[in-house]
Amino acid sequence: MPTLEQTTQEVLNLATTHFRLAPGTLAPEDDFFKKLGIDSLQTLELLSRIENHFNIELPDYEVQGVSDFKTLAERIQSRL
Amino acid sequence: MLDLAKYSSIGAALKDAVERFADEVCLIEADREREKERLTYSEFNAHALPLARAMQDAGFAPGDRASIIMTNQSKWLLSAFAIFYSGGVLVPLDYKLTPVEQWQLLQHSGAKILVTEYPIWRQLSAAPGRATAHNIQTVLLSEAPPDIDLEGAYRWEEFCVNAAPAFVPRERNDVASIVYSSGTGGRPKGCMMTHENYLEQCVALTSLYPFWPGVRYLSILPTNHAIDFMVGFFGPFTCGACVVHLRTLRPEFVREAFVRYKITYVSLVPLVLKNLQKGLQARFAELPPGKQKVFDFLVDVNKAFTRSRPRLWLSRRLLKQVHAAFGGELQAIIVGGAFTEPQTLQFFYDLGIPVANGYGLTEAGTAITVNDLKPFRADTVGKPLPGMQVKIVDPGADGVGEVCVRSKTIMSGYLNEPELTAETIVDGWLRTGDLGKFDAQGHLHLSGRKKNMIVTEEGKNIYPEDIEAAFESLPVKEFCVFAANYIWPKRSMVGEQLIIVIHLERDQSVTDQLKQEIIQRNNRLLNYKRIHGLVLHDQDFPRTASLKIKRNELAERLSKLDRDRVILPL
Repeated sequence: MPTLEQTTQEVLNLATTHFRLAPGTLAPEDDFFKKLGIDSLQTLELLSRIENHFNIELPDYEVQGVSDFKTLAERIQSRL
Repeated sequence: MLDLAKYSSIGAALKDAVERFADEVCLIEADREREKERLTYSEFNAHALPLARAMQDAGFAPGDRASIIMTNQSKWLLSAFAIFYSGGVLVPLDYKLTPVEQWQLLQHSGAKILVTEYPIWRQLSAAPGRATAHNIQTVLLSEAPPDIDLEGAYRWEEFCVNAAPAFVPRERNDVASIVYSSGTGGRPKGCMMTHENYLEQCVALTSLYPFWPGVRYLSILPTNHAIDFMVGFFGPFTCGACVVHLRTLRPEFVREAFVRYKITYVSLVPLVLKNLQKGLQARFAELPPGKQKVFDFLVDVNKAFTRSRPRLWLSRRLLKQVHAAFGGELQAIIVGGAFTEPQTLQFFYDLGIPVANGYGLTEAGTAITVNDLKPFRADTVGKPLPGMQVKIVDPGADGVGEVCVRSKTIMSGYLNEPELTAETIVDGWLRTGDLGKFDAQGHLHLSGRKKNMIVTEEGKNIYPEDIEAAFESLPVKEFCVFAANYIWPKRSMVGEQLIIVIHLERDQSVTDQLKQEIIQRNNRLLNYKRIHGLVLHDQDFPRTASLKIKRNELAERLSKLDRDRVILPL
């Protein structure tokens, strides 16, 4: 099983690719709503991509209120 | 449908509804492709009554307040039923607010019980603010993991007493719920809605968009929102209809739900409707040229035959595949929460999918005007609902003035804010702060705002006062945030922007450092709350004796300046 650090990095890479950003733009503590300026619909799209990548199911209510990559990675880690 | 004129409270109407429609399905809850729950009205009653009894045994008394912070799911409606059955006052809060905002409103509301989901509670309990909300005595948590210490909170699923609860009747003028329209930063605006407000609104809305046993309403807008509470709970329940909840709002599963459950109605905010439009347009653009020609021809035929009124049976035949993608039984999409652009409304109507567009605000008990589709008009927000008196105050030469409303659906006031209430409801008329005029057919046209606020496409009301906290201690003499259209009225309901007005210290100038600080602080705000421009002002701001900025006076002063020249983009 990957470590939390590895999972966090994978999430950052996925978001960087999904939103076509320059590598290294995002950090674990970043608030993705604020940093990316995305709305709730775009966040759902990113979550679907993350689910496919990790092959897990991440219920909407489980990530309700989560806004930074690190906490998101923790939620993913608990389901790996 | 129940004859709501005979009822004095939401609780009494719901109590009769669950008996009268006992064998009809009232709730379906699905998670992705899996159906998790399906309840008939009698099963719903059997689930809710033990919860009501447990609440009563825990000391929840008539008139006490209970808050729900939950995503859309069956436990939301079961909890609300138990609260109304017990004569309580419901405080529905937005699950999308930050935990700090939620605590602030929980404290302001005086709620004794909090019903929430464990993942939300996890964020709430870690946030500052918990210590100040002493009023919360009982916390009920759904979806809590099995082996976890809940630190005094109860599992929603286990909070039940198998004995009959007391049904507590309420009067029509008693407060049924406290709904926060906005204002979480400085001054929470808790609209006190009476039982009469809901009963009357329900009668008016269902006269235009009826529910009946067999109707399936897809509940996507958060149920704490006035629209979903009415058309995703109270409206369908008093008519024996069914509410479908999805535990995920990923577009792919929402699309599937339309087909699987043959949805009759759905409510959306303009942003989602617009996204849906973009998605459909992209799919139409991919059609091969030949098919595209046929499709365009069929749309033209549909337009010709639905000019005077919708003809759903015809539209469903002509544009079979489009309607099949929506389940084939969609009667209308209800759109609300913010202004919707006419071209989006027209796009759907041309496909034979009527959009129930209207205008309303929480203070008015949801909807004030609604498009009655006789004929469909994309350029207006429709006619006043039955029972609504709407007048235009102080109209200019063009007939545009402030929209004022009087009806039995108007809130009784803002909680703990008598002055604000007196400013808002004058001689029984609700001053909406929105500008508009009526045309010869009696349709209302909105053309801007008189009040200092903006509404986003996601239906979020933003008050500039609430944004100022993000700029606190900015190294300038003083500053103030405004909606640009409030200072320089613009005849438009779209493209609203916030600006910050800054008065610099003597000998201070706008350095790159200051600009960077403003930009950095701005970036910490959510994108829809961000300011778009900066205005420099070289005089002291007018202030009251208690040193509060006199916003009206400052706005009037600024209005004499040229908008295009004074706003410096950030």
